[in-house]
Amino acid sequence: MRAPSEKEAKTAEVLLAIEDVSLSFGGVKAIRGVSFDIRKGEIRAIIGPNGAGKTSMLNVINGFYHPQEGRITFRGEQRRAMRPYAAAQGGIARTFQNVALFRGMSALDNIMAGRTLKMRKNFFWQMLRHGPAMAEEVEHRRKVEEIIDFLEIQHIRRTQVAKLPYGLQKRVELGRALAMDPDLLLLDEPMAGMNLEEKEDMSRFILDVNSQYGTTIALIGHDMGVVMDLSDRVVVLDYGRKIADGTPEEVKSNQAVIDAYLGVAH
Amino acid sequence: MAHYTAAQADTFPKLLMRDAEVFGDRPAIRHKDFGIWQTWSWAQVLENVRAFSIGLETLGVKKGDTIAVVGSNRPRLYWAMAAAQAIGAIPVPLYADSVADEMAFVLEHAEVSLAVVEDQEQVDKLLSVSERTPKLQFIVYDEPRGLRDYDHTRLKSFADVQEIGRGELKASADRLARWEASVGATKTDDLAIILYTSGTTGRPKGVMLTHENVLVSARNGNAFDNLTEKEEVVAYLPLAWVGDHIFSYAQSYVAGFCVSCPESPETIVEDRREIGTTYAFAPPRIYENLLTLTMVRMEDASAFKRRMFHYFIGVARQWGEKILNKEPVPLHARLLYGLGEFLVYGPLKNRFGLSRIRVGYTAGEAIGPEIFRFYRSLGINLKQLYGQTEASVYITAQPDAEIHADTVGKPNIDVDVKIADGGEVLFRSPGVFIGYYKDPEKTAEAKTPDGWVRTGDAGFFDPKTGHLKIIDRAKDVGKLADGAMFAPKYIENKLKFYPNIKEAVAIGDKRGFVTVMLNIDLTAVASWAERNNVVYGSYQELAGHPRVYDMLAAHVDEVNRSLAEEGIMAGAQVRRFLILHKELDADDGELTRTMKVRRGLIAERYAPLVTALYDSSPEADISTEVTFEDGRKGVIAARVKIRDMTVHQLAAPTLERAA
Repeated sequence: MRAPSEKEAKTAEVLLAIEDVSLSFGGVKAIRGVSFDIRKGEIRAIIGPNGAGKTSMLNVINGFYHPQEGRITFRGEQRRAMRPYAAAQGGIARTFQNVALFRGMSALDNIMAGRTLKMRKNFFWQMLRHGPAMAEEVEHRRKVEEIIDFLEIQHIRRTQVAKLPYGLQKRVELGRALAMDPDLLLLDEPMAGMNLEEKEDMSRFILDVNSQYGTTIALIGHDMGVVMDLSDRVVVLDYGRKIADGTPEEVKSNQAVIDAYLGVAH
Repeated sequence: MAHYTAAQADTFPKLLMRDAEVFGDRPAIRHKDFGIWQTWSWAQVLENVRAFSIGLETLGVKKGDTIAVVGSNRPRLYWAMAAAQAIGAIPVPLYADSVADEMAFVLEHAEVSLAVVEDQEQVDKLLSVSERTPKLQFIVYDEPRGLRDYDHTRLKSFADVQEIGRGELKASADRLARWEASVGATKTDDLAIILYTSGTTGRPKGVMLTHENVLVSARNGNAFDNLTEKEEVVAYLPLAWVGDHIFSYAQSYVAGFCVSCPESPETIVEDRREIGTTYAFAPPRIYENLLTLTMVRMEDASAFKRRMFHYFIGVARQWGEKILNKEPVPLHARLLYGLGEFLVYGPLKNRFGLSRIRVGYTAGEAIGPEIFRFYRSLGINLKQLYGQTEASVYITAQPDAEIHADTVGKPNIDVDVKIADGGEVLFRSPGVFIGYYKDPEKTAEAKTPDGWVRTGDAGFFDPKTGHLKIIDRAKDVGKLADGAMFAPKYIENKLKFYPNIKEAVAIGDKRGFVTVMLNIDLTAVASWAERNNVVYGSYQELAGHPRVYDMLAAHVDEVNRSLAEEGIMAGAQVRRFLILHKELDADDGELTRTMKVRRGLIAERYAPLVTALYDSSPEADISTEVTFEDGRKGVIAARVKIRDMTVHQLAAPTLERAA
């Protein structure tokens, strides 16, 4: 039950703008001249059939791929290319389609790893785990415990993530991304491979992250139902092109989208 | 500040003021939050309760009002109860896992004006039935998460209400004195709490208990086991259950010991291990689950560890109970047991979080004798207790070193017990409830004019030990068509000892023979399936698997054999059984909230299966409506197979007729 006032409260301020971005690998054009924006505080979905270029788009946003053409503006700063490290420092965090956790480490350590960029004390102090480094670690640990509490994963705090069921691994991964205090959170197929109950849980967490921390979220999904319920605005890609952009209702009734999903001869 | 001696502190709020004075800085309650045990001393608890109490009063809660308390075991929810009691209001704890409809019934019936709840989930439930509860003015929540965007005109956070209280205290100099005067005005025979029993039949009834009822029972319970302020208790049972109310609230206030609230329902075992509980209380189910989990894990352990485990468990079975009861045992047994303690029992008890246990109770239902002996043989002083909400728990309990797996002990301090002509157990004690809320008819049914309470259980005093033995619910004990005694729970408990069987329902009253419906235990059977290459896609498929049937048939056969050896029960051997395609569930009304089977309702719901059990058909079709956790409904359909069993004959001529 979300109060109606909340959606109105979201500002129209643009956090990230994609303009005429094209990306190709050799002769394969993954993205062709796509433009859209992500506004501050919204949940923005990127959907499309398989191979539409959704993940490539995410990789462009967080600087993993460098588009051949187009401009990306993040928080008013324009850029063509950026390294993922810089994107992470700039406040963009992400999760992956195939869970990418440190499998041999505990859930706690994995989420703690998300704080790495925020650690200011040098390696020497950290190795000693003493004095200022310890004080800093306590501070980071508090933040991590808040996230553990938020995601309701107290019971697996000390469990090696490789031993966890898939749904919980996804939750730990979300926790690690949250640990970066991101301004923009990119979620690549957050519900892929989940059962109904896990999907419902994950949806609740995504909504809570958005409302409680005010984090802007861009998510990829191919489960139309879930994505439509969650997001404020949806952009639809097909064969690397943008075919629709708007509120879930608008997109649902768009003929091009229906064709793309049901399949027509191209 | 007003002072109360132990004798004067005859209500909860007075007791709290005494505890704050006597125990001051000693820990009163803990809660694991953000991975750390947060602790509040008795003095801090008093300050928190006072602030909340004055806050409640400012919100308009008056003497005689009822306030609901909904959620898992959290310090603030316990404080809410004391805070209400301090201003003469009456707390009504609710089962946190009840669906909204069940909650609406109690809120309506108890005329609740304010509810203190744990989190968003409970707020949502209460809001969803708000049109049925017009008297409910405010909802106060502990955990703010997800509630930020809710309409806050009738919603307040616990901290906000405390701030109101603290503000009042600062604003006027005599506010503290006024609050203490309201504490002083509470009387020992005032209504202290209304506990709604989940009841195996019909709508819940509100059991009204006074401060005296609860506190005298708690005091006697403490005296019975010499409990002091040094105990460590982990609170994890439903707040609405009288057991938790006595053990985690009343006994703690009386003795001054610290109660620890776990971080989340999933971390209880880990949390208990960290605290090292010294006094524990649990229904048999909890002990059964721990044992099942251990057995399943041992099956997965290496061959060496498995052999070591089974060898030393054998040693414990032979000598452990004797050592615990301080009976003489030969030296070699003592040495072997000592080695076992080092290699197996110690680590196992540490896993269970029971390394420091002094007294453990099991109650609520009969415990399988094998399970009971298992824990005792490890050196855990597990005892049985027989109690009821209507008695403020205590009716009988087993004194130390007088432990028998099949009895529930001797009458507790100040309790009189007698057996009525029909075999029903009656009791009389200072803990006897004053009545069911707004239900004089039911009250008159339960209480005799001279103060005895009918328990509804059939039992007898064992002439050898002087202990009370409970056979079954009086109304459940029936007879087979040929007149042989049929005690369903007795048979079910025997079946449920097997880790593979989670639940059993025995049928046979006025019928020619006994049949049972079983639920597999998913944890145990799934692990067995994995080890034995049994492939399945769902619970339903696993439950109907022929090899699972074979396995359970072997269990049923063993139960028949043991029934055959018991004379009067020999006639009640199981002739046919089936495995249900779905788990019996409290959400579907098949179990009570305290997880007891509702026999009547199950017989109705599964009528086609019951018919098939008695008309010798090899299988039957059934479709049942199920309720999902979010309240939606669905239908599960299945074809369930039925197995025939052979009955064991015994040579003794007296038993031949029955068999």
